[in-house]
Amino acid sequence: MITASIIGSSGYGGGELLRLLLAHPCVEVKQVTSRSHLGEYVYQVHPNLRKRTQLKFSDPAALEPVDVLFLAQPHGQAQHHIAEYAKLAPRIVDLSADFRLRDAAFYEQWYGEKHAAPEWLSRFVYGLPELHREELKSASYISGVGCNATASNLALLPLIKSDLLDPLSPIFIEIKVGSSEGGAEGNSGSLHAERANVIRTFSAFGHRHTAEVIQEMGVNASRVSLTMTAVDLVRGALATAHAKVKQGVVTKDLWKAYRAVANENPFVRVVKEQRGIYRVPEPKILAGTNYADLGFELDESNGHIVSMCAIDNLMKGACGSAVQCMNLMMGWDEAMGLEFMGLHPI
Amino acid sequence: MSTVTCPECAAEINLEEGTEIGEIIVCSDCGVDLEVIALNPASVQLAPREEEDWGE
Repeated sequence: MITASIIGSSGYGGGELLRLLLAHPCVEVKQVTSRSHLGEYVYQVHPNLRKRTQLKFSDPAALEPVDVLFLAQPHGQAQHHIAEYAKLAPRIVDLSADFRLRDAAFYEQWYGEKHAAPEWLSRFVYGLPELHREELKSASYISGVGCNATASNLALLPLIKSDLLDPLSPIFIEIKVGSSEGGAEGNSGSLHAERANVIRTFSAFGHRHTAEVIQEMGVNASRVSLTMTAVDLVRGALATAHAKVKQGVVTKDLWKAYRAVANENPFVRVVKEQRGIYRVPEPKILAGTNYADLGFELDESNGHIVSMCAIDNLMKGACGSAVQCMNLMMGWDEAMGLEFMGLHPI
Repeated sequence: MSTVTCPECAAEINLEEGTEIGEIIVCSDCGVDLEVIALNPASVQLAPREEEDWGE
C-alpha cells in the first residue's frame, strides 16, 4: 500500500481521480487540497463520494510527504511550484498541460507564454501508456494528457504505427466534446440555457491540444488540424479523423493495424460491427470507463480513411490514463483499479 | 478443427466440430456474418448483411 495526495481536487478532474484512487486496492489517499473549499468534506463538492470517504479539503501549504503526488490544478500553476512538489514526493503525476510538451519553444508557441520551469520538461514522460508504456515503467514524473489530443492520437495510432497514411495527405480531425471538458469553474457559456442542445464549433483550428498530436504522432504541423465541436453531452469525446491512405492499402491492412494496437493495449478496443446498434465507437457507453474504442471505414475507390476514437474525456482522456500510468510506474498491473466496464443502457 | 480466414478482416476463425455447409457463422473480430460454403477444405463467404439506414 502506498500513500497518495491530490493537489487541486475540487475540479472535475480532481474528483474523478479521487473516485479512482479511493477504490484502488494499493493506494491510501492521504490528503486532497482545495483553497476554495478548504475545510469542507469532499463529498460536499463530489456528491458521488458520500459515505466513501470522510476526507476534508486541506490547505496546499499543509501537504505532507507521500509516495505519489497527483497535480490536478488549472493549467499554468504546477510549473511554478514543481520544485516544491518534488520535495514532497519521489513520484509526481501532473494532469495539467504544464509538462506535456517536450520543448519550451513549442510550449510558448502553443500556450502563448514562456514556460516557468523549462528545465523540468525533459524529466516528464507523456502520460499515455499506449504510446510510452516502457518509459512510464521507469518514470518518476509523468504528465497528463489532453482529452482531445488523446482521442486524436489514438484514432491515428494504428495508421501511423503501421505507416499506412499517404505522407502528403493532410489529416483533419473533427472532435465532438462534452461539457465536462470545460472544467468546474464555468462561465456564461456553460449556463444550462446556453449549453443545452448545442452543436457548437468553438475552435475551428489552432486548439492547444493540436500540439500534443504534432509531438506524439510525429506529423508536420502544417499537415494536421483539429476542430472542436461542443455537443450535448456531459462526458465523452469522439474524434473523427479524415486522411488518405497510401496507394494499395485495403480494408484488411487496416484491420491488421487496428487489431495489433488493440492486442497490445488492454484498454483499446476495435468497434467495427456489422450488426446491432453500436456498430461504431460511441462515447455514450464509455462513461466512467478507461476504454478507448477505435473504428474505421475506408473508401477503397479513393483511399479516403475515416478513423474514429471514442473515450470518456475524464477517464482515458485524463484521470483513467493517470491512474494507469501510476500503475505502470509502481510496477503493478496497469489495469488495477480501472476495471469498471461501463453501463448499458445509459 | 478447420480454420478459415475472414474475407472481411482477415481474422483466423476456427470452425467448430459439426459445422455444416450453408451454416452462418460470425467472425469474432469484425462481427460479419459468414456463410460456410465448403468443408474440405473449409471456405466461407460474406453473407448478406442488414444495412442501417439512420438518417435516410
